[in-house]
Amino acid sequence: GSDITTRWRTAYGGRYTITLIHGDGVGPELMEHVKAVIRCVRAPVDFEDIPLSSNTANDEMFERAVMAVRRNGVALKGNISSQNTLRSLNVLLRTRLDLFANVIRCKTSPVVPTRHRDIDILVIRENTEGEYSSLEHESVPGVVESLKIITRIKSMKIARFAFKLAEEDGRKKVTAVHKANIMKLSDGLFIDCCKEVSQEYPKIAFDTMIVDNTCMQLVKTPSQFDVMVMPNLYGNIISNVCAGLVGGSGFVAGSNYGDHYAIFEQGTRNTGTAIAGKNIANPCGILFAAANMLQYLGLVEHCSAIKNAVLNTIQEHKLKTPDIGGTASTTQFVECTLKEILKLTPTIGFNYEMQGNDSGFRFRDID
Amino acid sequence: LCVEDVQHSDILDILSLSFVPGDGVGPELMLCVREVFNTLGAPVEFDEILASELLPGRSSSLTDIVASFRRNRVGMKGILTTPAIGEGGDLMSLNMKIRRALDLYANVVRIKTVPGLKLRHQNIDFIVIREQTEGEYSALEHESVRGVVESLKITTYENSKRIAKFAFDFATKFGRKKITAVHKANIMKLGDGLFLESCKEISLLYPNIELNTMIVDNTCMQLVSKPQQFDVLVCPNLYGNIVSNLAVGLVGGAGMVPGESYSADGARHPFLTGAGRNIANPTSMLLCGVNLLRYLNLDNLATRLEDALSSVIKQQKIKTRDIGGYATQQDFLRAILSRLG
Amino acid sequence: ENTTRTVTLIPGDGIGPEISHSVQKIFEAAGVPLNWESVDVTPVKAANGKFQIPRKAIESVTRNRIGLKGPLATPVGKGHQSLNLALRKQFNLFANVRPCKTLEGYQTPYSNVDLVTIRENTEGEYSGIEHTIVPGVVQSIKLITEHASSRVAEYAFLYAKQHKREKVTAVHKANIMRLSDGLFLRCCRDTAERHPEVKFEEMYLDTVCLKMVQDPTLFDVLVMPNLYGDILSDLCAGLIGGLGLTPSGNIGEGGAAIFEAVHGTAPDIAGQDKANPTALLLSGVMMLRHLHMADKGEKIEKACFDTIKDGKVLTGDLGGKSKCSEYTAEICARIKNS
Repeated sequence: GSDITTRWRTAYGGRYTITLIHGDGVGPELMEHVKAVIRCVRAPVDFEDIPLSSNTANDEMFERAVMAVRRNGVALKGNISSQNTLRSLNVLLRTRLDLFANVIRCKTSPVVPTRHRDIDILVIRENTEGEYSSLEHESVPGVVESLKIITRIKSMKIARFAFKLAEEDGRKKVTAVHKANIMKLSDGLFIDCCKEVSQEYPKIAFDTMIVDNTCMQLVKTPSQFDVMVMPNLYGNIISNVCAGLVGGSGFVAGSNYGDHYAIFEQGTRNTGTAIAGKNIANPCGILFAAANMLQYLGLVEHCSAIKNAVLNTIQEHKLKTPDIGGTASTTQFVECTLKEILKLTPTIGFNYEMQGNDSGFRFRDID
Repeated sequence: LCVEDVQHSDILDILSLSFVPGDGVGPELMLCVREVFNTLGAPVEFDEILASELLPGRSSSLTDIVASFRRNRVGMKGILTTPAIGEGGDLMSLNMKIRRALDLYANVVRIKTVPGLKLRHQNIDFIVIREQTEGEYSALEHESVRGVVESLKITTYENSKRIAKFAFDFATKFGRKKITAVHKANIMKLGDGLFLESCKEISLLYPNIELNTMIVDNTCMQLVSKPQQFDVLVCPNLYGNIVSNLAVGLVGGAGMVPGESYSADGARHPFLTGAGRNIANPTSMLLCGVNLLRYLNLDNLATRLEDALSSVIKQQKIKTRDIGGYATQQDFLRAILSRLG
Repeated sequence: ENTTRTVTLIPGDGIGPEISHSVQKIFEAAGVPLNWESVDVTPVKAANGKFQIPRKAIESVTRNRIGLKGPLATPVGKGHQSLNLALRKQFNLFANVRPCKTLEGYQTPYSNVDLVTIRENTEGEYSGIEHTIVPGVVQSIKLITEHASSRVAEYAFLYAKQHKREKVTAVHKANIMRLSDGLFLRCCRDTAERHPEVKFEEMYLDTVCLKMVQDPTLFDVLVMPNLYGDILSDLCAGLIGGLGLTPSGNIGEGGAAIFEAVHGTAPDIAGQDKANPTALLLSGVMMLRHLHMADKGEKIEKACFDTIKDGKVLTGDLGGKSKCSEYTAEICARIKNS
């Protein structure tokens, strides 16, 4: 195979190409909205569409998705349903690209009514091993073994990542979530690694918390948490809890990082198959993910413009999709967001006279 | 949600571009671009900066020129004439220095026959991509003994790979299917061999695009006999210079074809190819403008300008001297403006 | 003046023997006073186990100092010197000359091409000095010397005079390679001063390429360093229809010269009497001019050009249906009737 140690980016003259992996359910429709918003804010970004979903999944399409991320370095992804496939394609994609860290930021916002205030938690989850190693077998009929793998290398890596991010983001505390009272060896190793790394960051406090207690604490006094780092399965649970605390799955953005690549997606991995095609999906999560992606590419102003526009849409125009208690359709919501972006750019704005409707490109051999 | 308070953003609004008029007819041509952009109502500010090797006194310093391109990230540059070689003087031309400083490693020339021009070949549509930071243009030369000069050609794995990646990405973006790597690896087994190896390695990332290789002399022969066979050509520096000029000649000359240079993240500036020739045909400069508008996501403006241009050329009434007509630059410009109005 | 000379004939591989035979026949028809000394250059295993070009072949060329060479297959086995290299060293073949003239009757997008490319053949980018400095960084050295540059420039002007050409254009890239191409250019300028009767101009390589495809009639004799010559000579061949129609000569010091067809060996049609001998024939005509037998040369050239112009008896590659032998016979007939 070709050299995967090189960190490739498709960026020329400050203009980037990013991979859009459509995914299942509401994914494809949301991607169109994302494109409209990114075009509107005139971010120097082109799109390479990969219509990978559980329906189109075959080896070739999957390889193409992997290849596209490898050459562009950055992707925005809708969630892929794991119902029809042997192994979850989401997991497969993460392992193939070695995206070891999943990060979501859960922050309460004045525009969304929540039970708790002042939550601002970074949830960092190991993304490639643990219970998600897909090593399961039935040793004798009626007896199934499922293997959980924890390695020192990956635990060290995620711990380093967590502390570095905490430092960069000016955070005060890192909490390692575990179940080492039961899984003494595996989670024990994880905790040990976190402790070891914490020595290198004397300015950041470090503590550990058992996962069941963590969940309870989260719904009781979530403001006590700052940065949380954990193995794969606990991460899945904790991120969903945190997302719920700040307004639900449609409202949180997540990102997956490896040494070479980054994939951005909605914070919680639901496909929304039930509401697909009904034009009621909440676009906030994917729009925030897109904004985060722009920020990751260094397009900070474009990122802020999108986030601001989305917030203004909710706050000033009182538009909400049904999942957060509103009645607006997805299209209504996005159109309002586009108008908000226009306000930030009075000269050009969202001007179809000057801009094309779709200057993104598609692979010619796809329908 | 980390949101800074952005009420109004200059970056997102008015677009500023560096504007180097150049020597000779450069300033006139650039004036055409300005006028056309104004008529279109393009929200573009021109950050004009003078650069010239002929009039060093009036030229801004290299640092200022580079800083301007860095700041705006995008710019337009007219022809910079390289003066006749001074004995022993500076080994690098200003063009080379700008390229080097901004690391504009990729040069792109889109070769396409325009309907309405009488040409020897029709239906040509290919892209020449040229590495322009290393190779023979290393400016490393010395006279080892009197009467014996050694000139070094440097080929690196890193730069070969990044130009190859650029070519494949460009091909992907514009739906091209075939890339031809131009080389002379039968003679320069190591240097050009490395270039080919890099192209092959990168091609593994692009299973949908075909890669083939062709020796530079054969490429030139094929270009004049069967230019329709090419899709995308990727070349090291010197071969790229030859191939792109040859290709430009096939479709009507330097006045008709725009060029573009890209760096990885900083600047990108379209510029007129065929530097050094003063041809008063604003077509290539205006096509540069088209590419520039596209790059700024102003696609509809770009299309309007493009349509105006091709309709003027197609009508065949107003042609500048270099393409077999008698019209002056002003006539041509007026024709374009009237179509935009 | 027309004393019989002996010429070494290297028929070559693939279609080589057929087209060589055809050339011999035509020369015979024109009554050219030449003795052919045909040699085989297929490498043989020498006593030390290495493959070498047979001594007899080298000796023959050394003796006669003039050779006509058909296409040779690229040697597969490594470790032996290629014939071209051996000959180039032996005779110091410093200049490669390729006249490109439009053949009336054979349609290409370009008409009225009539130019000559003269390429320095011993140094430049082909010095073969390359090394990897650190992994991933290769340095290739281009060598330009005053001696070789002046020598080829001098030849270009002499050629122009002898063939009644008006202008010599030096092709260079001295705007970029200011020292090396600068040296080449200076040598050309100095030589030009010694030949005021021939017009001299200098032009950038890229400009030449651009103008060449727009209007090749702008050029007459072009002289240039090795790599540029390699590229431009093939480009010019493309203008008139490809290597199958282009003659080529390698000129050495002291009047030694090898003339050759530079096209491929076409193994797919070898032995089927389908090959086109034009390139080798025109190379032979160049050889005759070189040997001061211009009158015979002209006669053959005219017969060949007329045959193509007439368009009745043409080989497959020229769009006809005739065999090589028929094409040959047609040219012979025309020579006899002239």
